[in-house]
Amino acid sequence: MSGTVQRRGLVDVGGVDHAAVARSSRSWGWWFVAEHRIRSMRSYVASWVAIGVGSPFLFLLGLGVGLGLLVDANQGAAGVDGVPYLTFLAPALAMATVMQTASQENTYGVFGGFKWFPMFFAMNGTPIGPAHIVIGFQVSVLVRVLLPLVAFVLVMVLFGIGSAAGAILLVPIGLLLGAAVGFAVMSWVATQTEDRGQLSFIERFVVVPLTLFSGTYFPLETLPWFLHWIGWISPLWHAAELGRAALYGAALAPGMALVHVGYLVLLAAATCLLSIRTFRRRLDR
Amino acid sequence: MIEAKGLTKQYGDFTAVDGIDFAIEPGEAFGFLGPNGAGKSTTMRMIAATSTRTSGELRVLGFDPESHGPEIRAQLGIVPQADQLDEELRVIDNLIVYGRYFGLPLPYVKRRAEELLEFAQLTEKRKARVDGLSGGMKRRLTIARGLINSPKAMLLDEPTTGLDPQARHVLWDRLFRLKEEGTTLVLTTHYMDEAEQLCDRLVVVDKGTIVAEGSPAALIRQYSTREVLEVRFGSSRNAEAATVIEGIGSRIEVLPDRVLVYDDDGEAAMSAVHERGLQPITSLVRRSSLEDVFLRLTGRSLIE
Repeated sequence: MSGTVQRRGLVDVGGVDHAAVARSSRSWGWWFVAEHRIRSMRSYVASWVAIGVGSPFLFLLGLGVGLGLLVDANQGAAGVDGVPYLTFLAPALAMATVMQTASQENTYGVFGGFKWFPMFFAMNGTPIGPAHIVIGFQVSVLVRVLLPLVAFVLVMVLFGIGSAAGAILLVPIGLLLGAAVGFAVMSWVATQTEDRGQLSFIERFVVVPLTLFSGTYFPLETLPWFLHWIGWISPLWHAAELGRAALYGAALAPGMALVHVGYLVLLAAATCLLSIRTFRRRLDR
Repeated sequence: MIEAKGLTKQYGDFTAVDGIDFAIEPGEAFGFLGPNGAGKSTTMRMIAATSTRTSGELRVLGFDPESHGPEIRAQLGIVPQADQLDEELRVIDNLIVYGRYFGLPLPYVKRRAEELLEFAQLTEKRKARVDGLSGGMKRRLTIARGLINSPKAMLLDEPTTGLDPQARHVLWDRLFRLKEEGTTLVLTTHYMDEAEQLCDRLVVVDKGTIVAEGSPAALIRQYSTREVLEVRFGSSRNAEAATVIEGIGSRIEVLPDRVLVYDDDGEAAMSAVHERGLQPITSLVRRSSLEDVFLRLTGRSLIE
């Protein structure tokens, strides 16, 4: 009609190139999922910043300074692993926080995504597929993990705990740990269809014991030999060992460094594939 | 546009969809009418390529769902039975986030979101959180969400189930507008009035199979009479009265609470019933509906 402004209809014919949509979803679907979740996080950011920044201060200063005085007084000049207790503790504490955060996000986020707020089904109704949901979800968890991780690093740099360059290396190590723990927890939670209280088992019977027996608060060698295996299978121990080598140059043979990194990469990759398989099965109804 | 031949879905021993054939043309409003558990939602999921078929052929917008899910879903607007909105996000953000899943640029998605909110009559609620919306508002938001990628066809799974009558009419009105603009609508419903209002053509499904196909008017013509006389004698006397009514009209259906007499002239049937000395507690002459078609074809009501 002449004289009237051409208004788009409800369906914007020609405005959307469907072939291009399909193409971009095949390569960028994971990012759309991460973007969605990061957008949802905005309403929590304030409380997360408070917790993320607050807890490193509390833990490092409380445990490190208080307990550290006592330990250092006992250990004398040798310290723990050749350094003051606070320096020994800091990288492992940062990693323990990463493990805990990644585990929590994957426990309730993954179960809820199928059950409480079935967002995974909504995502699956768009051009993207299950693999993109799995990977995009984990990317968003890593963004979430970055907050306390960076806070820990800042506190270390600020208080001169270890070397500043080493402290920054904790970020990639922490992200690798976050991916390994995240995918591992996800691969199990995704198989759970009913909440009978078993979800809290991860926190109580996996995360907490691993934190206690992975050489976080004391060197793994301090434990009796028959408990060492807990450290070996614990992603936290591998990440903490890497973190200590990075922060204050703790002795680490190149071969062992490879083992630590290799273990975390392998755990992340294997449980990522398992998660994709489970998501694919559950979303195909 | 969408074509199925011998389409089948089995879950273990259970056959949810049992070898159905249908073809949906561009621009038409096509319905799957049937009771709960007839396999309607499963069929919708197979069309959307989110449920893998067990056997049979299926082509959706030129693609095979088994290998081209993304290509198919890029062209579809999906309105699932459970809205699956992000309750933590605001109304407008639900649309924006969803649009991004199609890789559409943010400025475009934001502009479209405002337009679609207007269509969904939710402009005033744009900043509200989704968990505070009424059922009808959530449903309209879900339809707006399904339109963000300018789909070639909308899949609506039970669009008004659980809504009060007023909310249903608002929703129907919106769907009419979509239809007027030429958008292909594929919907499932167990409401015969919804099917009659919205569908150009429909298939009646029961236990995973198609029992009839046609336009609502044609189906009524084919399987029912023009009018129906409903008479009630009290639940204990209906069956007994029915034996006396036998012979009036072309067919009689005895339900627990009433007797249906199928006759093109309902008033004449009523006089005939009175002539046989019966005094029903209540009586009513109405036009035949798809409910009667379903009853005729399956011996059961749509809503049980």
